Amino acid sequence: MTTRRNLLHLMGGGAALAGVPRLVLAAPGDRADERRLVFVFLRGGMDGLSAVPPYGDPQYAVRRGPLAVPAPGAPGGALDLDGQFGLNPNLPEMHRLFAARELAVLHAVASPYRERSHFDAQNLVENGTARPFGRQTGWLNLALAARDPGDRKSSGTGSPGTMGFALGQSVPLVLRGPAQIGSWSPSKLPVPDADLLERLGALYRDDALLGRSFAVAREAQAMMEGRDPGGMDGATQPVVELARAAGEILGKPGGPRVATIDFGGWDTHISQLGEYSQLTRGLRQLDRAIAALRSALGPAWRHTAVLVVTEFGRAVAPNGSGGTDHGTAGAAFVAGGAVRGGRVIADWPGLGLEALHEARDLRPTLDLRAAFKAALAAQLGLGEAAIEAEIFPDSRSIRPLAGLFVQ
Amino acid sequence: MSIEQVIAVNRFGLGAQPSELAAVGGDPRGWLMRQVEGPSPALPPELAGLPSSGEALKAYPRWIASLGKAGVGTMGGAMDGMRTVEGTFREQLGPGMLREVAARLAAAAATALPFRERLVWFWANHFTVSAEKALVFALTGSFEREAIRPHVGGRFADMLLAVARHPAMILYLDNHLSVRAGWRPQGLRASRSTAFPSPTGLNENLAREILELHTLGVNGGYTQADVTELARVITGWAVRPTMFDLDESSPGFVFDPGRHEPGPRRLLGATYGEDGMAQGESVLRHLASHPATAQHVATKLVRHFIADEPPAGAVAAVARAFRDSDGHLPTVYTALLNVPEARRQPLAKLKSPIEYVVSCLRALPGLRAAQPQVLYAILRGMGQRPFFAPSPQGWPDTAQAWSGGDALWKRIEWAGIVASRVGSGVDPLRLAVDGYGAAVGEPTRRALERAESRQQGLALWLASPEFQRR
Repeated sequence: MTTRRNLLHLMGGGAALAGVPRLVLAAPGDRADERRLVFVFLRGGMDGLSAVPPYGDPQYAVRRGPLAVPAPGAPGGALDLDGQFGLNPNLPEMHRLFAARELAVLHAVASPYRERSHFDAQNLVENGTARPFGRQTGWLNLALAARDPGDRKSSGTGSPGTMGFALGQSVPLVLRGPAQIGSWSPSKLPVPDADLLERLGALYRDDALLGRSFAVAREAQAMMEGRDPGGMDGATQPVVELARAAGEILGKPGGPRVATIDFGGWDTHISQLGEYSQLTRGLRQLDRAIAALRSALGPAWRHTAVLVVTEFGRAVAPNGSGGTDHGTAGAAFVAGGAVRGGRVIADWPGLGLEALHEARDLRPTLDLRAAFKAALAAQLGLGEAAIEAEIFPDSRSIRPLAGLFVQ
Repeated sequence: MSIEQVIAVNRFGLGAQPSELAAVGGDPRGWLMRQVEGPSPALPPELAGLPSSGEALKAYPRWIASLGKAGVGTMGGAMDGMRTVEGTFREQLGPGMLREVAARLAAAAATALPFRERLVWFWANHFTVSAEKALVFALTGSFEREAIRPHVGGRFADMLLAVARHPAMILYLDNHLSVRAGWRPQGLRASRSTAFPSPTGLNENLAREILELHTLGVNGGYTQADVTELARVITGWAVRPTMFDLDESSPGFVFDPGRHEPGPRRLLGATYGEDGMAQGESVLRHLASHPATAQHVATKLVRHFIADEPPAGAVAAVARAFRDSDGHLPTVYTALLNVPEARRQPLAKLKSPIEYVVSCLRALPGLRAAQPQVLYAILRGMGQRPFFAPSPQGWPDTAQAWSGGDALWKRIEWAGIVASRVGSGVDPLRLAVDGYGAAVGEPTRRALERAESRQQGLALWLASPEFQRR
């Protein structure tokens, strides 16, 4: 039986959480400068109780009913993590990463948001304040902007240096803000001719919005030039393709160190079970995307951390359609060679009725920002002052998760 | 030609057709309002002959039967199972989607009522249904024709009711699976598929989005209890035929009293007595006339037509018109057009990809012969595949969402292709002035004059800061 206490001990026995700042800003060529951070946003509200079934909690099967993932060993059963929690059987690659201690699982985790709107919840997770629309910039962009610009220049090829990169046609809020951000998605059209591009550069010179976009677009195109477009035959799922591209970009020496991947389709209000359900396919794609990212990163995987988060979890009880309605706490993943994985990090609140948030949802006992803060310190070398004052304001009580990343 | 004309044609319309700017005349507001007042015009000819939702739904039982043959729901194995429910659905019903997209783009390119057409898009986006959900795939076009178009010049409440009862919305937000406690299917209604078990209780998806997205807005003052209560109110608002309800007679919306949760409901402080479907109609009409709804809708209209950051004064004026007219939309549009910013600041909005491509089609009639699958692929590459909005919130409506490096690059690629195809027959500077008049800036003029060829000049104009805005 899982209790708060024995899961607390999994967190490291409540040891001092004051490990930040550990890394001061790195000099060029320093190992820390090779560190990479990937932010994968599962939009729609991933069902944490299906992705990471707490099969050791006897209330799980009771409250989840037919949607409960069976315990390891049973047909369709979970892939065991630690005797209490398992992974959904559609996440075999991630299970291998867990065994290799390159995947940590967070559970009963949530942003500070306590309502149930997707769009407010996503906005809040991305803007870094505790309010929807609390800011028009994203915390990951602000983190890049807070780094010393001189360091950025010296790490690259002499260009201004785009350190953040969005895979997809648009830049998500989490990466919007003062720091220059690249974006890229596959195209089937021919490259415009060089003279046209020169003239357009001149035409955009006085246009603050398009001028900046044009500069980063050209940089992104140069970066991706000559890339093998394999997998563009339509058979590969788009998110897997984007994950591969993210790995290629981040794998380049002196290239961007932060990438985002947007992955929608997690709003599973109906029929979550079965080989072909939206949830099943989403989990399989996620599993493949993480594997593709790892493979494309090559040796850089060793220095990479991947945050996989969603805007909220889903209600504990199934709804009337074999799916789940919007909830509160859920699960998140932190993967990569820079992660001290092989652990489930959860102060498990239990699933008894009295333990639930509003008698309905998994109660949050861990703030997503604790993982975000630790990632910024470890992977981007940011100090506590910058993180607390600018990036996640008014959140000093949320301490960075200690020991989540390899020192 | 005045700036007000440039704004009328490019921002309130869909982009200038040849000579359209000159044709607006001295009363741009009159030109716009004549497009939305009076009885609804006939359907644009490009949209004639496309299937109704009832016709589209007739194909569902055939598809459902095909699922059994494909072994869906029983097949083992791993990723080769990407031959999915949705895959089989698209094979069965996919060709119709391309016809819908082609017709919609052609209608937008040709229409002489571009303000009305833009409003159809605006409202269809406000009440988003998306083909991202396979069940809605064959219904997105008919949704616009049946629930949106007839009400664009009418009342908000009527549009809300038409939307909430349209099969596309019911299926998109799962209300066909929301039933009273203890309901059991019988006879024809019983599901024959183990992959799609019959529902056993509430699904609050549609109820929540009605409150959050369609009416009050997320800060409109409702609670989780209101969401659940509204979900109970609209139990029984359903569609036939579906996977677990195979009754094929009269396909379409159905109110099924057997699934409806009976009893009085208390919502936002008011009590609604049991009255079958009329209970829900009554609640929706109250929501439509709620002051929070006026504020929410006004904010979205002002964001779409005035500026990404809606000026508070403009929102207040439009919301007041909404409240005072009880959601009479032409009155609301008049207030919008009377906002000073609506007449004075050109180029205040960045075009979305669909707006951008359609404005190219309008400016360059020679382009309209382009293969629809090409346009479809282009828009998909730009991140705005028609009828495939990413969520019930619809497409974003600010420059932030459409101005990243990749988004700009895709437009430049497109501008290059278009110019190579039709550029030899076009005088770029004349085209620019014909469509944007005094809003064409000096650097762009100079660049067009100095272009090394007509093709390059056209590519420069289509990729220019001016033409990317409205």
